[in-house]
Amino acid sequence: MTGYDEERLAELLRALPPPPAAWVQAAQELPRARRELGGIVARAEADAAYRAAVLADLEGALADAGLEPHAPAVEELRRRLSP
Amino acid sequence: MAAPTDSQLVARCRVGDDAAWAELVERFGRYVYAIVVQGFRLREHDAEDVFQDVFARAYVSLPSLRDDAAVRPWLAQLTRRCCIDRLRRERHEEPVEELADTAGEDELARLDEAFAVREALAALGEPCAGLLDRFFCRDESYHTIAEALDLPLGTIASRISRCLAKLRESFEGRSPASTASGKTVTR
Repeated sequence: MTGYDEERLAELLRALPPPPAAWVQAAQELPRARRELGGIVARAEADAAYRAAVLADLEGALADAGLEPHAPAVEELRRRLSP
Repeated sequence: MAAPTDSQLVARCRVGDDAAWAELVERFGRYVYAIVVQGFRLREHDAEDVFQDVFARAYVSLPSLRDDAAVRPWLAQLTRRCCIDRLRRERHEEPVEELADTAGEDELARLDEAFAVREALAALGEPCAGLLDRFFCRDESYHTIAEALDLPLGTIASRISRCLAKLRESFEGRSPASTASGKTVTR
């Protein structure tokens, strides 16, 4: 190994700081989030009034289900509720 | 118990193991984050959306991954695409080629190297892995580290130095790995 003295190793260690814990947690909860999302979609398919309410406030619907209303989740919900 | 290999982790994710998915995010979160923030220099809000988008797409597409062992370069490519998509939406006037060049190959190669070092660090085990992570990655002070790890304050510097030497020794013994940038990390 050449060029990997301890100073270089330290520099490379510094190159990968942890992402914010909340970001990691949200990504880790994706499987559960997708299940919750599936629940919202299923209910919306059976209940027109609920569907209209969800479409009017996608972020609120996600938050009500205990999900972080990240843009990708909002887009996913919008896509799945599109006719 | 040894940590699962990337292939083992992907295989478990594929059959719906939520704990394996959480571990995969933990293992590659820093790498994805670094590409988004250091490679493409996205702003905080955009970076968060892209970070979530990468893992959302990965979760959906994981079953179609051809080589489970290549999950890291695959994630890197996915991250690059998500970053470019985001930049494209923001900068309509710029040609796609220029956006693709936003993150230089050298920077991505550096992150590949950093990930390889991180793997070597994980293999070192405790207390060195935690000590070096706290000092170099989390930028914690000697005082904070001493308190958190219940170590005498005066020994932190020498312990860091010893652990770094140990990391170097361990890193020397590892074999080259495939990289997201397409370059081989020479060790």
